[in-house]
Amino acid sequence: MLDIRNLQARVGGGADILKGITLHVNAGEVHAVMGPNGSGKSTLAQVLAGNPAYEVTGGSATLDGNDLLAMQPEERAHAGLFMAFQYPVEIPGVSNAYFLRSAYNEIRKAHGQDEVDPLEFLDIMEKNLALVDMEPSMLNRSVNAGFSGGEKKRNEILQMAVLRPRLAILDETDSGLDIDALRIVAEGVNKLRRPDNATIVVTHYQRLLNHIVPDFVHVLSAGRIVKSGGKELALELEEKGYDWIETPAEAVA
Amino acid sequence: MTAPVLLREFEDFAANGGGSGPSWLLPLRRAAIDRFAALGFPTPKNEDWHFTSVAPIAEGTFRALPGGPARSVRLGAADVEPFTFARPDWIRLVFVNGRYDAALSSGAARPTGVTVTDLARAWREQPEVLERHVGKVADYQRTAFTALNTAFMHDGALIQLAPDVALETPIHLVFVSTPEAAGSASHVRTLIVAGHHARATVIESYVSLGGATGYFTNAVTEAVLGDGATLAHLKLQTESERAFHVGTLQAHQGRDSHLVSFAYAAGGELARTNVYTLLAGEGSGATLHGLYLLDGEQHVDQQTRIEHASPNTFSREVYKGILDGSSHGVFNGQVFVRPEAQKTDGKQENNNLLLSAQARIDTKPQLEIFADDVKCTHGATVGRLDEMALFYMKSRGIGAERARKLLTYAFAAGVIEAVGVPEVRAELEALTLRRFAGAGAAAGS
Repeated sequence: MLDIRNLQARVGGGADILKGITLHVNAGEVHAVMGPNGSGKSTLAQVLAGNPAYEVTGGSATLDGNDLLAMQPEERAHAGLFMAFQYPVEIPGVSNAYFLRSAYNEIRKAHGQDEVDPLEFLDIMEKNLALVDMEPSMLNRSVNAGFSGGEKKRNEILQMAVLRPRLAILDETDSGLDIDALRIVAEGVNKLRRPDNATIVVTHYQRLLNHIVPDFVHVLSAGRIVKSGGKELALELEEKGYDWIETPAEAVA
Repeated sequence: MTAPVLLREFEDFAANGGGSGPSWLLPLRRAAIDRFAALGFPTPKNEDWHFTSVAPIAEGTFRALPGGPARSVRLGAADVEPFTFARPDWIRLVFVNGRYDAALSSGAARPTGVTVTDLARAWREQPEVLERHVGKVADYQRTAFTALNTAFMHDGALIQLAPDVALETPIHLVFVSTPEAAGSASHVRTLIVAGHHARATVIESYVSLGGATGYFTNAVTEAVLGDGATLAHLKLQTESERAFHVGTLQAHQGRDSHLVSFAYAAGGELARTNVYTLLAGEGSGATLHGLYLLDGEQHVDQQTRIEHASPNTFSREVYKGILDGSSHGVFNGQVFVRPEAQKTDGKQENNNLLLSAQARIDTKPQLEIFADDVKCTHGATVGRLDEMALFYMKSRGIGAERARKLLTYAFAAGVIEAVGVPEVRAELEALTLRRFAGAGAAAGS
């Protein structure tokens, strides 16, 4: 499904942060991408989603054979990509309901489907709100404005539930969550797992992986995947920290 | 409309009708035209007009008053229906090219204690209240355009509320200009007198029909708020982009009174909105909101002046501007706190969103505080659309153009939500969305 080959990227004309990432994700799989601060794991998520602050300097990334890197961010969303933001953006003045319905309909339009009207959409929302334990009243609030950290992350999972992406990337979704919020978010993600979709969980800590059990774990260091393995690799990282992972020589700078 | 021409026109006017009305009126007009002769049109050297040149008005060839064709225009109800918020039941006075049109105005019964009359009739029937207030609140000594209006004022409205009268439905004044207004000026004058503990909402709409161009509206509204009175004043200026407009609201506030002003400016080639209030009575306050949406070559200027003249007075002010094209916006927010106005509580904010590289905003908060125990803050921002928010929306599948429009609308939403009349709020949402986004974007809908 997702095929990343030798991907290199940088931000603002600086040195490459990603120095050649190769990763294959198949339908039905959950991959965890772990690594210390500055290893490039969030950059990978941002580059795949098309954040214009990042510049791809080499390599390729395709989703179902389509060149992701040639697409605008909205086209990537239409193609089935979804990134849950580490820091969801506040948009005062735009209601959650309107925002989500716009996104939902734009994706439907891109697939030649009819738009749904506000009432139909409310039905869809009601089913999904329960998934992340949110009150319907939050639909009338401005997108993320004044939300607590936990509410913002749950709102990301709500969006994911409504938009039903083929590939979801969770960018440090666990950061700043207490254990209850973490459990709600993880349960939401688990319930959305289907044989025809896939998830990449980007995280610094192992604790999220107690709740979202990955099929594969990849360790990033200085812009490269330095180790890949099964879920037991995450436990090993938790126990030993990141120090025992071999750091590529040129990354010591 | 150069000053010497105006002085000659005044003599004609004084000799032909301008001299009618109560005996004190002509001397007031003379005092005002004399003051105008001394002041002249403001130049950018005048601090109040630093960023705005009125040369297009001063050097324009506007006749001081609407002439024959402008005065003989007859409109039908259908022509003004689009400006009525689908509320034919409101008390409404309609003015066409500055002249009161009884046929278009609603004859809705005035509740007990409420007077809403066109000015020509009020000169005859209620000269006492006019004499007491006209020219006493709106300062023609300092402001040339107010002097000009005072010299030539010919039509407008008198709104009077007896003490303790609370009027639930708005009073609506509609000033329509038609293509026949080209080349002329209209100096409409409104006096609002709210008795103690009275409450009312007055809406002033300034609109163009049929792409009216090249006319000048110079409107002055004086408002007197008795003790404990609340006046909500909404000004909606959506004239054509080839119109010239100067509009002044000047209020005098008694003890514990509250002025709630909203000023919307989207029209005009050169437009200026003044909102001035004197917080004369202890505990009085003013809440001023404004929204200006500019595009093309428009130059739109807003000046507010809040004078805290008594203890425990408050002011809350938020003006927002969205500027596109090569437009030029100006915001000057003056707050004066006199020595006796201890415990003044003032907050002022002006936020601007620039949508193009050519658009320009000059924002000038101006606080002058002469009391020592006060709480006053102000802030001004000028920004562009938030790139992270754009990316966030795009990453959810919302196209770039739509994302931009939605964010632009969202910027304005904060002040639109402050509008207390649902029909006006809905209209403002629609106007803003029509310009910047798809329908129904507001939080809560």
